[in-house]
Order: sequence, then C-alpha cells, then structure tokens
Amino acid sequence: MSTSPAIAAPGAPILSVRDLSKRYAAATAVDGVSFQVQRNEIVGLLGPNGAGKTTTLNMIMGVLEPSSGSIAIEGIDLARERARALARTNFAAVYAPLPGNLTVVQNLTWFGLLYAVDRLRARIEAMLERFDLVRLRDTKCGVLSSGEQTRVCLAKAMLNEPTLLLLDEPTASLDPATAQDLRRTIRAIAAHGSGGILWTSHNMYEVEEVCDRVLFLSRGRILLEGDPRTLPLEHGVDSLEALFIALAREPLRAGAP
Amino acid sequence: MSLRRVGAIVLRQYYLMRTSPTPLVPLFAWAAIDIVLWGFIARYLNDVASGGPNFTMTLLGAVLLWDFFTRVMHGISTAFLEDVWSRNFLNVFATPLTVAEYVAGLVVTSIATSLIGLAVMLVLATGVFGLSFFAYGAAAVPFVLVLFLFGIALGIFASALVLRLGPVSEWLVWPIPALLSPFAAVFYPLTVLPPWMQWIAHLLPPSYVFEGMRAIVAGQAFSWYSLLWGFGIALVQIALAQYAFVRVFRATVRSGLLARYSAESVA
Repeated sequence: MSTSPAIAAPGAPILSVRDLSKRYAAATAVDGVSFQVQRNEIVGLLGPNGAGKTTTLNMIMGVLEPSSGSIAIEGIDLARERARALARTNFAAVYAPLPGNLTVVQNLTWFGLLYAVDRLRARIEAMLERFDLVRLRDTKCGVLSSGEQTRVCLAKAMLNEPTLLLLDEPTASLDPATAQDLRRTIRAIAAHGSGGILWTSHNMYEVEEVCDRVLFLSRGRILLEGDPRTLPLEHGVDSLEALFIALAREPLRAGAP
Repeated sequence: MSLRRVGAIVLRQYYLMRTSPTPLVPLFAWAAIDIVLWGFIARYLNDVASGGPNFTMTLLGAVLLWDFFTRVMHGISTAFLEDVWSRNFLNVFATPLTVAEYVAGLVVTSIATSLIGLAVMLVLATGVFGLSFFAYGAAAVPFVLVLFLFGIALGIFASALVLRLGPVSEWLVWPIPALLSPFAAVFYPLTVLPPWMQWIAHLLPPSYVFEGMRAIVAGQAFSWYSLLWGFGIALVQIALAQYAFVRVFRATVRSGLLARYSAESVA
C-alpha cells in the first residue's frame, strides 16, 4: 500500500462511509449504510445477490452518485474533491476487465499515467513480477484466460499503491491454487502497507481466511458486523456459510406476508 | 487539468493504432476514395464545360474540406466509442480523470488523426488532380480552422448523445455529417436553398466556409466578417457541446447508467 504520507491522522479511518443511501425510482438499493475501514484492515462486504454490495462499491469508486450520505477516503470528501480522493483508491472486479485490444504492458502504462504513478516503468515491472505476468507482457488482454485477466486487473489495481483497495469478487475466476496465492498476496499487502481493503466475496472460506472484519448486507442495510472467525459461534451456527444463509433468508421471511 | 492524464487518453489511442492497422484504414481509405472519385468527376466536368467554372477548385476543394470536417468529428467519436466497445467506462472513470481531461484527450487524438487524413487528401488532390490549396489564399487556414472547430463541437455532442442513449445509439453518430451537408451548402450557393433551410445553414459554421470558398474561386469579394462570424458560432457550439457532455455525464453518474453501461440498453 501507499508509502506516501497519509492525509488522515494516525488512527483515523482510511474509508469512512456515513449514512449512505442510493434510491432509484422504484427501489432503494442502499439504505443508510455506515461503516469504516481502518489502516491495515481487510473488511469483507458480504450479502446475497442484489444486497447492495456492488452499488456501495460503485459509490465509493465515484461512478455512482449517492442519493444521500457521505464518503471520505483518507479524510478527503469524495463528492467535493473527487479527483484527489480517487487518486488514493483503485479497484479490481471480474465485471470490469481491461481493454482487450491492448497488451498487458500497454494497459498498465496508460492506467499508470491516469493514476500519475511515479517511476512508472519500474512499477509496471514490479507488478508483472508480483502477479506472474512477465511472459504475458506483450499479449493482448482479450486473448488471456479469465484467470490471467483477473491477475492483470489486480496488477492495475496495485499500480498506484492505493491506500484504499476495492476488490469485488477478485478470486471468482481463479483456480484454487492461484486464488490461495492471491489471498496470501493481499494479506501481505494489508499487513505491511499503510492502507485498507474492502473485499466482496461469496466464498465464505475465503472470507474467513482473509478478512479481519465482515459486514453482512441485505436489502441495502447492514444486518451484522464482526470477526468472521467468531461470528458464527456468537449466533449459534457452526460456520460462516450457515450464518450467511440464515441472514440472507431472514429479511425475506420478515418481508413475507 | 493534468496534462499527464490527457496524455494517457491520447497514448491509449496511439497504442490502438500501433497494435492494429484497422483504425488507420478509415483515415486513408475513405478520404482517398472520395478524392479520387470527385477528382475524376471534376476533371470530366471541366472537359465538358470548358470555359465554365473551375470544378477542381469548387467541387474537389469542397469535398476535401468536408471530408476533413468529417474526419475531425469521427476522430473524436471513434476515440470515445473505443471505451464503449471495450466496456471500459468503469475503469476509466474510477480514476482521478476529470471529464474535461477526458474530452481534451479525445480532441487531441482527433487533431492527430484528422491531420493525417488531411495530409493524405492534399497529396492526392494536389498531386493527381492539380488542386492548388494556395489558390484560396490566406483564407485557406481559417477555412480549415472553422471546420476543425465545428468537427470538434459535433464530435463532443455525438459522444454525449451515445453516453446518454446507450451503446445501441452508436449508429446515430455516423450519418450526422451526411445529414448536415445539404444545409451546409457544400456544393451549391446558399441562395438555392429555401428560406427555412437557409436559417439552419446560418447556424452551421461550414456554410460560411463554403460560401467564402466559392466567392474566392469566382473572383468575387470575400467577406472576412462572415468567416469570423462562423468562427464565433463554432466556438459557442464547442462550449455548448462540452456543457452537454458534462451534464450527460453527471446524469449517468446519478442514474447509475455509467456503472452499468455495458448492459447496452437505452435508459
């Protein structure tokens, strides 16, 4: 994560989301969500399909305007200072591959310029090494396997050493071995850097292994928050997956006539 | 405005052209075909109507200038459509890039590609058909400049249109120059148009260019004031197009269309 001086005071959150809502004409996708991501912390954003996870991430990435509430990245208000706040973030998502008609290095180069990365060439070489992309450097992204494309997206996401890293199901298309390597890499980044990570996943085993804290989101609201290793016992179930299923069905039952 | 980020947008287009020759083909091919076709038509008309107007200067010159305007407009919209085709808006607009920097990058890209097209057309028109651009005198530079500015305005506006209506509206972009050409009086004087078309023509900067071009070829008085007026209209249209793009961008961020743009639907 970033080695540049942090804007926020020591102990201040990397990400602060307050009372965030997104309402469309017929539906409320996110309803008054508040949470923080601290330095060196990996927070898991969990929930069933349509719970509001990606909507929340999109608002933090600045590509979706909240109906109400605020987002601050390292203390910088995203709505007021969009470019400054976004310079400290980056993201990787399976549904946002890099342009397929450019090579790996070409994509990393122009995105590196967009993020104003210092010593860009050296940084790209380091990312190629870290994500095992050296032999694919001159291959067009469109012909890479989905796992390789995911690694390129992660290399892009780490280019600017973001203080806030947003990962939307980053291991969804990776084989188990590669996914495990990636989880180790991300954990090391969180432990040794100075930033925080917001991670969404449907793989509860992965969440238990990686996340320091999880937020259960359903119907746009946070239902539960805590340590993924102790939460199941605290709620009388034997696994995080069982807790996920119970929570995912709870609002449906509550909303049923 | 960060020049580095503007440069990133331009570099991406340069990579595309270096990696694959496909985007380069329209720069050369369509311009060359038009010049060859109209060059022979002008040569034939000069033969059958000897003693009449210089068709090389009027017809071929008009085709060359109109093609240049089309290249400028398409240069911007094609660079924009690259992000539509590659479903890249999420990656691009989650960066610190501002809308002004993004549009500036598209404009610089278009400057480079349209100048290449202009060079090819000039070489062909001058070398093969004897069109002398110097015959237009000092007005040649402002002619090109006014068309260039109008091409930028229309390119930005067309991009805003696609951003608002969704990827399926791409087909709206390509015929815009053809739809405007009857009003812009590219090949005939404004006076042949009915009054309602003349009103529209007066809002189109190219009409001032082509009127001026015909006046010079015919040896008549050329109104610099008119051309200046066309220049001013083009500048205003660029400001309006940029305003429209920013408004549309904000609306797509508010409605969620930008985030789910790859759904290929009209919102």
